[in-house]
Amino acid sequence: MDFGPFLLLAVMEGLVAAAVLALTAVGLSLVFGVMRVVNVAHGEFFMLGAVSAWFVTHWLPGPPAFGFALALILSPLLVALVAAAADVLVLKRLNYQPQATIVATIGLLYILQQAALSLYGPEARPVAAPFTLAIQFPWFGYSGYKLAVVAAAAVILTGVWLVMTRSRVGLVMRATQIDRDTAQAFGINVDRVYAGVFAFGAALAAVAAVLIVPIRQAHYLMGGDPLLLSFIVVIIGGLGRLRGTVVAALLIGLSDGVVSMFFSPTLAKILATLLVALVLVFRPQGLFGQRAG
Amino acid sequence: MKTQLIGLNPSRRSVLKGIAGSGAALAAGALPGFVQAQSSAPIKLGFQLHRTGIGAAYGRWYERTTQAALKVLNEAGGINGRPVEIVFEDDGTDPKRGAEVVEKLASQHGVDAIFGPLFSHVVIGSAPRAGELKVPYLVCSEGFHVASGMLNRWTLQPGITDVKAQVRAMAPWVAANLGKKVTMVFPDYAFGYDHRDAFSAAMKEQGGEVIALIAIPPTETSYTRYLPQIPAETEVLYHVMVGPGVLTFVKELGEFYGSGAKPHLFGFIDSLEAVDIASPGLEFLEGSHFWEGHNRMQQADASEHEIFYRAAVGVDANGASLADPSDIATYAHMFSTWETLFVIKAGMEAAAYQGVADRQKLVEAIEAMTAMPHSREHPQGDKVFNGKTHQVFGHQFISEVVGGKLLRVHTTSLEDGAYPDAVDYTTQSF
Repeated sequence: MDFGPFLLLAVMEGLVAAAVLALTAVGLSLVFGVMRVVNVAHGEFFMLGAVSAWFVTHWLPGPPAFGFALALILSPLLVALVAAAADVLVLKRLNYQPQATIVATIGLLYILQQAALSLYGPEARPVAAPFTLAIQFPWFGYSGYKLAVVAAAAVILTGVWLVMTRSRVGLVMRATQIDRDTAQAFGINVDRVYAGVFAFGAALAAVAAVLIVPIRQAHYLMGGDPLLLSFIVVIIGGLGRLRGTVVAALLIGLSDGVVSMFFSPTLAKILATLLVALVLVFRPQGLFGQRAG
Repeated sequence: MKTQLIGLNPSRRSVLKGIAGSGAALAAGALPGFVQAQSSAPIKLGFQLHRTGIGAAYGRWYERTTQAALKVLNEAGGINGRPVEIVFEDDGTDPKRGAEVVEKLASQHGVDAIFGPLFSHVVIGSAPRAGELKVPYLVCSEGFHVASGMLNRWTLQPGITDVKAQVRAMAPWVAANLGKKVTMVFPDYAFGYDHRDAFSAAMKEQGGEVIALIAIPPTETSYTRYLPQIPAETEVLYHVMVGPGVLTFVKELGEFYGSGAKPHLFGFIDSLEAVDIASPGLEFLEGSHFWEGHNRMQQADASEHEIFYRAAVGVDANGASLADPSDIATYAHMFSTWETLFVIKAGMEAAAYQGVADRQKLVEAIEAMTAMPHSREHPQGDKVFNGKTHQVFGHQFISEVVGGKLLRVHTTSLEDGAYPDAVDYTTQSF
């Protein structure tokens, strides 16, 4: 294949990866930024989103688009409920101590994964795409749905940005992020903000999973890769920085797409991990983070 | 709190009477199918099962097939007149756990023999432990690792032809009917390397050439990025993929070529095992060819043995579960567990097997086997076992997708896949 079409395909694949990654990583970044909790179970919320999307579309007769639309609403809601419960029942009781919450979310990871294995089973199951549109370029064909995923992710991320910067909810979250005690002194119910942020972060991962599940299948072990990549993105972008996270997701997604196509996917992973190491050594606050004052 | 057992207040005497009574009933032939042998204790076999992990789709059907075979076996009187039980242990399709499962089955459950694993990295990781524990280890993995001499005297593969013979049998047909310039897409581990090495060599013998090799990790979830590596001059795209992502792999292959020109597709059905060929996005497979170890869809000339086997396992004519038409079988591979169980039966009966002390006699009895005729015990077809290499050889099938159905267009002979022995295990010590 010639260089031009080759690059076009690489960029499109990279954009799809970046879109899903941005959604997942923004959820992780938000939880860390506001709550200072390193959520190791984030990948399992992603998996739970995909698995619940399969249940919704499987039990709902009718056209695939209808079931998919419903899954796009119900799955994040369900995952948000699970996350809120985990926050209230586990994390809150640990007083959000950094070390304790890491261990607790590792436990949560295994509980969610094994629950999915018991209730959903070990199979990879497909979810029908809401529409099928084959785009035929002169050199290769491409799935129109994949491009729709990129557009949908952009819309949702814009929505998240608006909520964070323009709404009262966002104001309360940012206030809690900047100074928890002062926020509490001003009458903000910090417990509720924490539960809400944890649920919202998990719901973003679930949305990403529902978008991707018609391309891949829902599988109980699918949470590992998004977790690793999200951590890479969040560290590079600067912990708790929304804009930095999105830019880093684009960087990692696109470089993953291009490097893995022109060279090898293993090399792409090596480079991403190397970048994390370099960032941690030379710019621990992340490429877009500010040095803690 | 006081517990009242209604109408159940047994005295010591009545309990003893009851036990004696049921014992007498048993001795008098409450189990009429099992004639009294020297020991009437059940024969206990261990099954190393990929119930979870990347091999789960195979594991689900391997368990069903084995349960069906066990039922048939026990209804016909078991082995040497003794009933047979099978202990299933999940290895998570993981080599490390595989070795632990072998250990657990042999030491804790004290099984007479272990069989059933499919994924080659698990087999290669587990077989040394079976050799150390001196327990017969009968694998259903297709890998060339048995016949190559990599494993040991205790490891045998009597239920399924190895990859080397399979692909050698495919090469002449591919070269004659599809094309001579081949690109191979295969999973990046032992099983895939068997395909790569054996097919590249066999194609060369046929005057063809493998022009590109594309290895994909079996845990991969996204495949489009590998596909531009397929050279434009490729005449035949040879694909074989495993793992939970197989449906994505085939779909993305279809999307990649779209309505444009594409090479002939020749796949191992592994790329489509447990996947409905009528899934949306797979229409492009029409007219393409597949290797099948056993025809998923019932062919017009299906033998009585094949029909019996299909019904016993609970598979319909389309290769789906009778209970759920969306649950597609791993039909091209799972016969191996059925046939292996009946090889164990034949081996134990030939060795007059009594207990774990006779494990070595069982291996020697299987090594002495040669022809295995097409029968209820061997529903996939007739086979020849090579005791020196511990490997069985059977017929292979090539099917074409016609109207969304897999129709057999070619059956290979045993000679097509033949290759010189690489090892003589019988000269090794136990």
